[in-house]
Amino acid sequence: MTTSLLPTDAPSVVAPKPKSAGGGLGRYLLIRFLLIFPTIFILVTLVFLLMRTIGDPITAAQGGRLTADQLAERIHAAGYDRPVLVQYFEYLGQVFTGNFGNTISDNRPVTEVLVTYGGATLELAFYALIVAFIVGIPLGMLAAYFRDRFPDAVLRIFAILCYATPVFFAGLLLKLIFSVWLQWLPVAGRASTRTELNMQSLPNKTGIYLIDAISLGSPAAIGDVLAHAVLPGIALGLLTAGVFLRLVRTNVIGTLGTDYVDAARSRGVSEFRLVRKHAYKPALIPIITVIGLQIALLLGGAVLTETTFEWKGLGFQLAAYLGARDFVAVQGIVALLAVFVAVTNFVVDVIAALIDPRVRY
Amino acid sequence: MSADTAPLSSLPPVKGNFLGRLPVLKQLRQSVGLQRGMLVTGLVITALFLLVALFAPVIAPYGFAQLRDDSGAFGAQQPPSAQHIMGTTVGGYDVFSRVIWGAQTAVMVIVFAVVFSIIAGILLGLVSGYLGGWLDRVLVVIGDAIYAFPSLLLAIVLSIVISGGQSNLWGGIIAAALSITVVFIPQYYRVIRAETIRIKAEPYVESAKMLGASTSRIMFRHVLRNATRTLPIIFTLNSSEAILTLAGLGFLGFGIEPTAAAEWGYDLNKALSDVTSGIWWTALFPGLAIVLSVLGITLVGESLNDLADPRLRGRKRVKVKSGAVSETSVDRTLPSDEDILEENA
Amino acid sequence: MKPVVEITDLSISFATDGGAVKAVDGVSLTVNRGEVLAIVGESGSGKTVTAKTILGLLPDTATTGGAVVLTNRAGTGESDVVTLSKKELREVRGTDVSMVFQEPSTALNPVYTVGWQIAEGIRAHRKLSRAEAKREAIEILRKVGIPDPEVRVNYYPHQFSGGQKQRVVIASALVLNPGLIVADEPTTALDVTVQAEILELLRRLRDEFGTAIVLITHNMGVVADLADRVAVMYQGKVVEEADAKTLFANPQAPYTKQLLDAVPRIGQGRIQTTERLALRDAGIASRAAEGRTDKPVVVAENLVIEYPGRLGQKGFRAVDDVSFRIQPGEVLGLVGESGSGKTTIGRAIGGLTRATGGSLRVLDFEMVGFSERKFKPLRADIGFVFQDPAASFNPLLTIADAVAEPLVIHGRASSPADARKRVDELLEAVQLPKSYGDRFPHELSGGQRQRASLARGLALEPKLLIADEPTSALDVSVQARVLELFAELQAEFGFAALFISHDLAVVDLLADRIAVLYHGKLVEEGTGADVLDHPKDPYTRRLLASLPVPDPVEQAARRTVLAELQSSPGDNPA
Repeated sequence: MTTSLLPTDAPSVVAPKPKSAGGGLGRYLLIRFLLIFPTIFILVTLVFLLMRTIGDPITAAQGGRLTADQLAERIHAAGYDRPVLVQYFEYLGQVFTGNFGNTISDNRPVTEVLVTYGGATLELAFYALIVAFIVGIPLGMLAAYFRDRFPDAVLRIFAILCYATPVFFAGLLLKLIFSVWLQWLPVAGRASTRTELNMQSLPNKTGIYLIDAISLGSPAAIGDVLAHAVLPGIALGLLTAGVFLRLVRTNVIGTLGTDYVDAARSRGVSEFRLVRKHAYKPALIPIITVIGLQIALLLGGAVLTETTFEWKGLGFQLAAYLGARDFVAVQGIVALLAVFVAVTNFVVDVIAALIDPRVRY
Repeated sequence: MSADTAPLSSLPPVKGNFLGRLPVLKQLRQSVGLQRGMLVTGLVITALFLLVALFAPVIAPYGFAQLRDDSGAFGAQQPPSAQHIMGTTVGGYDVFSRVIWGAQTAVMVIVFAVVFSIIAGILLGLVSGYLGGWLDRVLVVIGDAIYAFPSLLLAIVLSIVISGGQSNLWGGIIAAALSITVVFIPQYYRVIRAETIRIKAEPYVESAKMLGASTSRIMFRHVLRNATRTLPIIFTLNSSEAILTLAGLGFLGFGIEPTAAAEWGYDLNKALSDVTSGIWWTALFPGLAIVLSVLGITLVGESLNDLADPRLRGRKRVKVKSGAVSETSVDRTLPSDEDILEENA
Repeated sequence: MKPVVEITDLSISFATDGGAVKAVDGVSLTVNRGEVLAIVGESGSGKTVTAKTILGLLPDTATTGGAVVLTNRAGTGESDVVTLSKKELREVRGTDVSMVFQEPSTALNPVYTVGWQIAEGIRAHRKLSRAEAKREAIEILRKVGIPDPEVRVNYYPHQFSGGQKQRVVIASALVLNPGLIVADEPTTALDVTVQAEILELLRRLRDEFGTAIVLITHNMGVVADLADRVAVMYQGKVVEEADAKTLFANPQAPYTKQLLDAVPRIGQGRIQTTERLALRDAGIASRAAEGRTDKPVVVAENLVIEYPGRLGQKGFRAVDDVSFRIQPGEVLGLVGESGSGKTTIGRAIGGLTRATGGSLRVLDFEMVGFSERKFKPLRADIGFVFQDPAASFNPLLTIADAVAEPLVIHGRASSPADARKRVDELLEAVQLPKSYGDRFPHELSGGQRQRASLARGLALEPKLLIADEPTSALDVSVQARVLELFAELQAEFGFAALFISHDLAVVDLLADRIAVLYHGKLVEEGTGADVLDHPKDPYTRRLLASLPVPDPVEQAARRTVLAELQSSPGDNPA
């Protein structure tokens, strides 16, 4: 839930250096790329160390159910009785080769869990981002345009409400109104049982229901999938939309105060165009960087949204493993998400650098 | 020349009575129109939230873990009535009482979390930003890595580590506070480090260096106090994040046992299945409590942020030909305080 | 013909945190076709506010009264800017009146090409295709002297130098051929050699395009160079209005006289310098008679200062093979434009930047590869005065505490309170009342802060004072008094000084010797009389010729000299 309303700035390590001619961009991209690795390394190490301080995962998961001897045997078999440092290096090696271990509760490779449920989370995040962009960015510009006047106040309160409402509470309210009372939309899940059965028959399932429904070619299935997506998408999307709105507003107001906007105004450029062109594009560069950081917020929110709507994605699964005290699974999923976050942030920074002509040329 | 160049807010208030010098009250006087409206609304809600937390034992009709009174058990999922104005939960608790007691839990977690993380974050940011070098680089990479990671997940992992997931009142509060602390430290660290680096290049710091002042003297006498001016803003914004993170933890079942303390997130988790059967009161009231308290604190933080930034600060309109003409310094002896304030405005 | 703009009884008030402030008070002015009207004044005089009103560019916090009547170029329509609706204002801006800003690097949007920005102005008023608008943009860029406009139209602002950026800004103001251009301090952010080129371009606008110009400036030299008529503003009022020659030859208002007197002129301080030199020589002679010889305070031999490059990149050489020395009690003036390395040398002497090559001995201590711990005791003998008086004080310390800092750090006092007596003496020495010690920096005006800064710099009675552009942030009348104070203090305390400035006239007032820097190299050094009256280096000559003097007649003559210098082969500015 964090990283949202603070005065955020671009990651501080290697900000693109303006005015660097020629090889500047290439250099920046290379350094930024290399930075992915320490980031992943730090997070994986952090998670490993934290999880190990509470003892071995087998005791945590099966502690009550097995006798002491059985427990010791299983611990020995899994190698958890070796020195922590040995286990750590073994774990690092495994992570490096893409092996995140097997879950204890249902003994599946963590990577398989990811492949099975990752698509669902990605799909949810996609819907949420669409909602966030459609709602957040134009409204942010509008708020900047009307700054300190009535529409601005309304929009800002809206933004703060979006942020102040926990996704699960927003989800519960939406469910209560649209599913239970009005009965317009389904209560939970990603699709009705029938649609899911139909999709099982597909030869090459993607796990992303919208794509699967489209390849089924059935309008009913597509409609069903979309109907299920509306509420979770809005619940998660509004949270991010509030952040985007505020971010766009502040940055656009900031650039509206610059000399070059005054200069354009002195040439007779219209106020609306000043906001839309002159203020928005320079404001976009810091915004994109912060959007990168919002991926983290979105993933945290996804865990809560998926639990609220029984959306069977990675977050839902994570909550289930947490409930089962299956810390190998938790550790694996968290480490994988770390990789995902590091890579997305890299991609976002590259996009931000490409938009800025001072870096590009 | 132009009326809005030098930020007056970056200067310390000196004249005026004592009340005018307190951070929030100073901004309250400075604000106008909508901004004042937002700030006042925020302050009122926040004050209400704090009062409720403080006087929870007086306000709440029942205890947070109370299931029965003299006339017998409350019963589960009872709709709002004269006896239980917000109904009862699936576990048979009084919703209204738990909402009131929940404010107390939230305030305690905020205080611990924010105090812990401010101290650690400021020290790290100051040292790292001022000294620079490899320590700085390592801290930045670690800070950025944690900062970019979903903080809720980190808080979950930490709450497992600290308390094994569940615990009593103080254990639960400290565990929640510490999990939030670790997540917040990188934020304070980033802000303070950025400020420190900016201030390090200010002529007054260079001037202290020129005079041969020791590193610790520069860091604490010149940099620290100037770098921490934005803290009231971050403090309020982080407080609202603390409430949300606490609720998120509670919602996922990593909060505090219902018998140890009232916690809004936990109650919402239990209300999840109620909603499907149309029982609205168990979810609505704790949810609204979260929204209202976060809204109040965020309004205060946002307003402070706006008022601290001259670009975002609004001012009253004035009549034509009002006000005194600001003078230039030619052939006048020494300017009065008002002149200088205007010159700086 | 009607005047292009007629301002009648204009009054403007601003809402500030401190309440309402009146910026302009009953100003009436007219500007005729093809005329340059200069509005001169110091900060707070209301000149920029008046200029911005002509385009209706004041912020929402301003309230305006009176009338500003604009007439279009054809003379067919007129409009009162004060009462126009937003839409009508937009139609007037760019077509009837446009603006040139002070800081060219911020007046252009960094993420759009200059061609796009110029074309946008055209297309805001006329129905043209993108290609046609671009063709016009190329044409106007050519007219303002941008080489290869066909290629550069697609450049982003950061790909131009400062002077070229200002040309682009002028092009974008000129493209719709408005009858009036408001130029707000158009050369203040530029180096003096570039300033001369931009002033030349503005003169061409008037002569070739018949454009009227409202020139806002604080620089009397610029006024003398360009203006036909001058209005002097003080405290929101016009105190004098006259044609340029009359105003400079025969100023009427007391304020105008003061202002003109305060402008430093080359050669003005020559008599004092000679006197000082004689005194110093006598001192040296008497000490030599006692068998003591003075060691120079600073000796630089083939000094090189390089800023390290980032990983694997080449470093930047800011100072290249520079040699000079400063004798005890001597004031060396270091002159150069931006990027000349003058500030870097000052910082290196103060130990803020590391000297990387050659030798730099400060008070007989080698600064190349020095260790801070060993240098620290010597810091008591070096004072420093920074450029920006507002930023060189910790905003949270009172003036007394700040002035006491050096005393406390070097153990002359145990606490700021303990040092208060000495602080009061120092404040008195810089002509500030004792009670000002209890004020915070923001409660002092710019000139007062710079006095306090001098007090701090002199607290330990240093042997050497480094003053980095100490007056460039001040108004000209305040500058004059701070310079006077500096000279008095120097005579009283007898410290040696390195006086860094971009302004030849200021340096000439104070310095015993002058060193001219250009791109990190020392091109010329000598007494004021040597360097300024008989410059040998072509760069020094061009620098001197570019400096506008506050006298329209003399300035017109100097322009011819400069034109000859610029057409003659030699090194050219980057």
